[in-house]
Amino acid sequence: MIQRDEWNGFEGRKWKDEVDVRDFIQNNYTPYDGDESFLEGPTDATNKLWGVLQGLQKEERAKGGVLDMDTEIVSSITSHKPGYISEADKDLEQIVGLQTDKPLKRAFMPYGGIKMAEQSCTTYGYTPNPKLHEIFTKYHKTHNQAVFDAYTPDMKKARHAHVVTGLPDTYGRGRIVGDYRRVALYGIDFLIEQKQLDFDNCGCGVMTDDIIRLREEITMQINCLKEMKVLAESYGFDISKPAKNAKEAVQWLYFGYLAAIKTQNGAAMSVGRISTFLDIYIQRDLENGAITEKEAQELIDHLVMKFRMVKFARIPSYNELFSGDPVWATLEVAGLGMDGRSLVTKNCFRFLHTLENMGPSPEPNLTVLYSSRLPEKFKKYASHISIKTSSIQYENDDVMRPVWGDDYAICCCVSATQTGKEMQFFGARANLAKCLLYAINGGVDEKLKEQIAPKYAPITSEYLDFDEVMEKYDVMMDWLSGLYVNVLNLIHYMHDKYYYEAAELALIDTDVKRTFATGIAGFSHVVDSLCAIKYAKVKAIRDEDGLAVDYEIEGDFPRYGNDDDRADDIAVWLLKTFMKKVAKHHTYRNSEPSTSILTITSNVVYGKATGALPDGRPAGEPLSPGANPCYGAEKNGLLASLNSLTKLPYEYALDGISNTQTIHPDTLGHDDAERVNNLVNVLDGYFDQGAHHLNVNVFGIEKLKDAMEHPEKPEYANFTIRVSGYAVKFIDLTREQQLDVIARSCHKSM
Amino acid sequence: MEGIIHSTESFGSVDGPGIRFIIFLQGCKMRCQFCHNPDTWNMNSTDSFKATPEEMLSTALKYKSYWKEKGGITVSGGEPLLQIDFLLELFRLAKKKRINTCIDTSGNPFTFEQPFFGKFEELMKYTDLLLFDIKHIDSEAHKKLTACPNEHILALAKYLSDIDKPVWIRHVLVPGINSSDDHLSRLDTFLKTLKNIKRVDILPYHTFGIGKWEILGIPYQLNDVNPPSDELVAHAKEMLHVDEYTDYLK
Repeated sequence: MIQRDEWNGFEGRKWKDEVDVRDFIQNNYTPYDGDESFLEGPTDATNKLWGVLQGLQKEERAKGGVLDMDTEIVSSITSHKPGYISEADKDLEQIVGLQTDKPLKRAFMPYGGIKMAEQSCTTYGYTPNPKLHEIFTKYHKTHNQAVFDAYTPDMKKARHAHVVTGLPDTYGRGRIVGDYRRVALYGIDFLIEQKQLDFDNCGCGVMTDDIIRLREEITMQINCLKEMKVLAESYGFDISKPAKNAKEAVQWLYFGYLAAIKTQNGAAMSVGRISTFLDIYIQRDLENGAITEKEAQELIDHLVMKFRMVKFARIPSYNELFSGDPVWATLEVAGLGMDGRSLVTKNCFRFLHTLENMGPSPEPNLTVLYSSRLPEKFKKYASHISIKTSSIQYENDDVMRPVWGDDYAICCCVSATQTGKEMQFFGARANLAKCLLYAINGGVDEKLKEQIAPKYAPITSEYLDFDEVMEKYDVMMDWLSGLYVNVLNLIHYMHDKYYYEAAELALIDTDVKRTFATGIAGFSHVVDSLCAIKYAKVKAIRDEDGLAVDYEIEGDFPRYGNDDDRADDIAVWLLKTFMKKVAKHHTYRNSEPSTSILTITSNVVYGKATGALPDGRPAGEPLSPGANPCYGAEKNGLLASLNSLTKLPYEYALDGISNTQTIHPDTLGHDDAERVNNLVNVLDGYFDQGAHHLNVNVFGIEKLKDAMEHPEKPEYANFTIRVSGYAVKFIDLTREQQLDVIARSCHKSM
Repeated sequence: MEGIIHSTESFGSVDGPGIRFIIFLQGCKMRCQFCHNPDTWNMNSTDSFKATPEEMLSTALKYKSYWKEKGGITVSGGEPLLQIDFLLELFRLAKKKRINTCIDTSGNPFTFEQPFFGKFEELMKYTDLLLFDIKHIDSEAHKKLTACPNEHILALAKYLSDIDKPVWIRHVLVPGINSSDDHLSRLDTFLKTLKNIKRVDILPYHTFGIGKWEILGIPYQLNDVNPPSDELVAHAKEMLHVDEYTDYLK
């Protein structure tokens, strides 16, 4: 067993022999079941740096959303010289490292697609060096080009009609969480040694495709590890050896993450489950008297400040899908261990406390891994922070732990992945609402009036018959799921080939498990439409070409979101049916298929491309986001709505079931203490029944309206809200999305 | 037996302790000028529905996992005591399942006469808490405000004190109508004579319900009255010594 000075005081054996961060955590962490009274406020340095950064953010907004862009250098781990929040105050920064040489300056990342990289510059008035264009068209292919070289005409049509939307063919797929903790615990040299061993043991000498590819990938990973050392050196640190104290642990870990965000502009660049890991180092230093609580909080504040600064150059169509400049620097706190102990440490409090020390913020995407068995005082503190900042989300550790163990991270908005052991092939959503319209119209798109899906027989009767619709819908879903899976197969093949995430995968086991995550859009509209057809009478209104373009509903029908089994059973059926269809198909690199019901803010864009639906939703209106019930459908209050969600079986949607609810403070209780207790009870009751996820907002519509009309008011500068899948500064949303957020009914009792 | 139900709310967090399932019963004989639910007055409404106590209880129980140690069921209205047979059966069944029960009442149907009083005595066996509205301490003024006098209501308050049934007093503060120092100090004196008051809430009058009056075509008489200022609410809280009633925290 190796013993190192940096590990003095740490217990356990297994993790010392080979990379096993979970074993290290389980052997060394200190559960905390006390309250928040130990927490410290911001230091002068924190206030000063955060002040500078807020000034820069203001400037960024004034300039239309981008402060500065690189137009000369292709971003890599070592591409830029060191940068600081402020050159003058750089000694105040406890944790250092920027994506480029200046704060909030966006790097040039062409490997996903040169056209997109260029367009993201020109949109904001920047002109990239023409040489870059030449290089990435003449001499080096990009992911985007490769995908389009291989697409079939059917795939292009489906993409064009938005029956499959948000494909990662123009941007980095993201969702790979490197185990950045490894850098701190082991140092880079050990990690290189381990990867070298894997390389030496890769294959028996017979060169199959798989072995050749893997050998090349391991070499790329080792090169990235070497570059991480160079990156750290440029800031004056030697990360070849393990971190020897809390400050180094935070810094080492951050260098690992920095390497990821300097090389990939993935749609989600999660940080992972770092809170309890770092607490072990802080606790050791506190016990040795090496740091004070004030200094410990400062380290976390400064780390979080860095996560608040992550930026990527994006194109307008991307921003329409994912509004408000999100990066999903998702970071988890809490959860329970397999042995039943709570994984809540003081550091879980410290991370939540950053929202008090530096105000609300959408990033990092703070996620509480929830169980009703978490320490009561922690549950109350988290609720208190929710009520105060609307900046955190909750995910059910009790449903995820049996599937993913007790060291999983959230790799995007809500999707779990085993830290350091897994990666994900993710992308897009199948618009199941549009698919229903294709079933009715025989594969002709109701907006484009073009044949997109196969020319199956359309429904020709005036009134829709439930059994006939179901039969045709089933066949149409077969087509869509097959096409969708194969588009993703193609995309991920090319992404591996042209935009491989070597830096992140260098911090993941070589023998990586791969999941294949699909997604559903328009979920609740399909459920309500089928309910309308089954329980009321739905008349199709056809245009001159005989295409059903609108629907008239006669009579009442049950709707999803009211704890009514008639509707909720259809919801369960829909999820299971789609998932089973997805699972029929071959998935790239033998990945494990899964699906999700989460749409982020893309519900607005999907809705625009979708015609009128049999549930009464007019053409072009936003779809309801994630697994949320349709707007206005919920008639029996918050808990009835939540209960409908608890019926969706997580095992069929292992990629996540997103739900966003806004509660008016007046309906949550008379005073703060009551509100905190009631919110804890809501969370306990919801998650004990097996629900997966909840975004909690606590504010009134009046505040949203005022913020929309008066974004210049200082109190709205950091006003953060949870939307489907992430948090966002409300004033950074497009007006269309602001109106959409306002339109969703706020739960306020009569 | 069936109850006539106006509506239900799965997430009640300000009508009794903890999180509560609220059943709003149809029908009320008071005609409070500030009423924000005039659509519950008439016993025969097209929007109401009928349900048995068993059915209501099984709906309520779907939310049991949110109640924890404090929450439960609150029956509000309308005036729930108008359907005392339904209420009695519902609470009897609820108590079998150890559910916390609460009635939100104006007390108006109360009388010591039979058969009502016998049923009420029985009902109290299955009731954990009453949210009790006192609209005005002066009977004449009460009559003007609600179309009913208040002697029997105050008698109920006293009876509940005698049997030591926990009560939260709720007082809707309507500026110029029941906000005077004279009224508040008389109300305060009356409350002091009761020994079962666990909490006192001032509910500031609001105008959210005006739309319902318009829909129903009933002329609204408080058009000139604005919601009370924060100062007035604070003053009323002081006058009623709201902060001294802290038993509900136990």
